[in-house]
Amino acid sequence: MLSPSTTLRTGFIEARQVVGVLALQGDVTEHLMALEHCGASAIPVKTPADLARVDALIVPGGESTTVMKLLDRSGLGRPIVERTRAGMPLWGTCMGMIVAAHDVVGVNQSTLDLIDITVRRNAFGRQNDSAQVELAIPALGNTPFPAIFIRAPWIERHGRNVAVLAEREGRGVMAREGNVLATSFHPELGTDARVHQYFLQIVRQQGKASTAA
Amino acid sequence: METGTVTVKRGLAQMLKGGVIMDVVTPEHAAIAQEAGAVAVMALERIPADIRATGGVARMSGIELIRSIMDAVTVPVMAKCRIGHFAEAQVLQQLGVDYIDESEVLTPADDNYHVDKQVFKTPFVCGARDLGEALRRIAEGAAMIRSKGEAGSGNIVEAVRHMRAIGDAIRELHITPKEELVARARDLGAPVELVTEIARDGKLPVVLFCAGGVATPADAALMMQLGAEGIFVGSGIFKSKDPKRFARAIVDATTHFNEPEIVLEACRSLGASEAMPGLDIRQLAEGQLMAPRGV
Repeated sequence: MLSPSTTLRTGFIEARQVVGVLALQGDVTEHLMALEHCGASAIPVKTPADLARVDALIVPGGESTTVMKLLDRSGLGRPIVERTRAGMPLWGTCMGMIVAAHDVVGVNQSTLDLIDITVRRNAFGRQNDSAQVELAIPALGNTPFPAIFIRAPWIERHGRNVAVLAEREGRGVMAREGNVLATSFHPELGTDARVHQYFLQIVRQQGKASTAA
Repeated sequence: METGTVTVKRGLAQMLKGGVIMDVVTPEHAAIAQEAGAVAVMALERIPADIRATGGVARMSGIELIRSIMDAVTVPVMAKCRIGHFAEAQVLQQLGVDYIDESEVLTPADDNYHVDKQVFKTPFVCGARDLGEALRRIAEGAAMIRSKGEAGSGNIVEAVRHMRAIGDAIRELHITPKEELVARARDLGAPVELVTEIARDGKLPVVLFCAGGVATPADAALMMQLGAEGIFVGSGIFKSKDPKRFARAIVDATTHFNEPEIVLEACRSLGASEAMPGLDIRQLAEGQLMAPRGV
């Protein structure tokens, strides 16, 4: 039996839990601010030492070609894969979805292979087709989510254990496989915190599970 | 579904933060830039140092060239139009480039007015030497701002001036009492709504990059520490003796700008390769300066 102090909660997650945002490139600050708004402790992650301090990781929006190279050079790629396979909650937004995917259609691009999906890059078009869409996400309730898509990917194929949580024009744009969540849109650019709260719920459940173990 | 909103136009620039955008003049350059880790490329017919050397009128690049660069890479592709040349901008939007740079590096088409950027679906980046200039461009619809360091000079001093001027003015506004904001807007030559927003938030409402004069990894680290959210490199890469190494070293120094041991490693990786030759801006005739174009 644990003493009450170890399970003291602030906001939505356990007090001792820290969420990291991969900070090699992209809209890092936006995620950090959204997490803070939800009452979570958040830090940018640039090095393996930073990664060792966090209980969960968000891979933000950015350029996937660039970040895959920087992951390799910074020595962060392998520990992220090891931690995530061992149960660390991970959420990728847009570029993060590509980085976490099993593979990418049409281009020769490496990924971390953390969720069993195949994605198509810039699937909805180039920047002129970037759009704001009212998206139905049943897992978040009946109110549609104001989703911001920027040169966004879609899910072309998904494995049996992957739950597709939202679709746009018949294509998967939000999916979850266990501790890994992926969205092709950018909740961190808007003011609706429901996807961040949904991820923090996964973080909290994971924290409880590991405490129990 | 809504496209071309302020949110998605500013949003793409937010995705580029912490990255390096490189000038390229061929699809092969573009591939080198992407391989080195560039977050976007700027498709150009001639890099600024060559525009400076050649003289004459510099215009929007050829469509075939821009198209071939769009086909060569997966990162976003930007292209330049002349200041005030809204028809060039319309052509670039029709072509489908991801960002338009209304740039002082090209010969201005209009002495008095910039493009009305709000009516475009394609986002624009514009140069600014100070806060007033930045806010006028944002009022016209710019979704991203960059400094206006003297392009093609390999000399960082102008970009430093601009970043310091913009940063100082924002910090000053942030502590300015509300009743003084109308007068400050008058002095800045900028809309009071934007001035009030800056005073409240203590930052620009759009992403701010550094451009002009970046030639080495240390230049990039300097500008990031001065508050730039990312770096444009024009002549610095493809006018150096070893573009591949310079490209990668400048990316590494930008990513890890506040970790001197990594910037040192980036500098060391250049070996004996030389940076682009530089120019003393004080010795340029007034007519040769690009930064004062379009204020």
